[in-house]
Amino acid sequence: MSSGFKRGREGGVIAVFEDAEVSILRSLAAQILDLIEPAQTGDDPLERALGIGPSGPAEPPGDPVLARLFPSAYEDDGEAAEFRRYTEATLRDGKRADAQAMLDSAAPGRVDLTREQAHSWLRALNDVRLALGTRLEVTEDVHEEFAGLTEDDPRYPAYVTYDWLTYLQDTLVRAL
Amino acid sequence: MEVERPESDVRPDLPWVTVVWNDPVNLMSYVTYVFQTVFGYSREKAEKLMLDVHQKGRAVVSSGTREEMERDAQIMHSYGLWATVQHDS
Repeated sequence: MSSGFKRGREGGVIAVFEDAEVSILRSLAAQILDLIEPAQTGDDPLERALGIGPSGPAEPPGDPVLARLFPSAYEDDGEAAEFRRYTEATLRDGKRADAQAMLDSAAPGRVDLTREQAHSWLRALNDVRLALGTRLEVTEDVHEEFAGLTEDDPRYPAYVTYDWLTYLQDTLVRAL
Repeated sequence: MEVERPESDVRPDLPWVTVVWNDPVNLMSYVTYVFQTVFGYSREKAEKLMLDVHQKGRAVVSSGTREEMERDAQIMHSYGLWATVQHDS
């Protein structure tokens, strides 16, 4: 198993991955790209340039994972909708770009990431952990939950993946 | 003649705040790193805020104008932290 990220040259980071690990990372990044559709902006050229969404109600996403990735910034529904209209397109593009960066640079063997790529990986790993964690409905006691599972539990592989991603992200934070 | 100021949200004398809420997924090391990187806080201050989020369920991470706080909340969301904007009343 990969021993995680280590400090590289000029603020970058290095890791060594096995084929199976790269498959998991690429598959999860691809799922994020499938889940987060490209931003839809308004018809007005200025609104398009500024990444402002079409006017009208911008409701929180119904899907729990999308709702967690794009949370409401205000308690008040109207203010939350307005914030969403002005920010969600930019957020979508940013999360897609991060997932794409991880998809493009994940490779078997030694991976050298620049500081900028490392930051994309950091956010992308967090997004896939948020997605997986939301689907698994993990709580603060995730270690106890995981320890209580038997290997034939249908959730076991997902927990193994989640645990590995947690380890990987933690080594990345510490290598930066 | 009406002289009282309306109860509107444009009160530049009162700051708005960005609040970050606890969630079970975001790592303590990651949250600390984000506060240091985004706000330029010292490791000590970033760790204290992270612990407040973790233990008290929420922490005010920045204050300023409404526009500044919306920008901060947007950056928090880009890092996957759950942030809201509210008037500090």
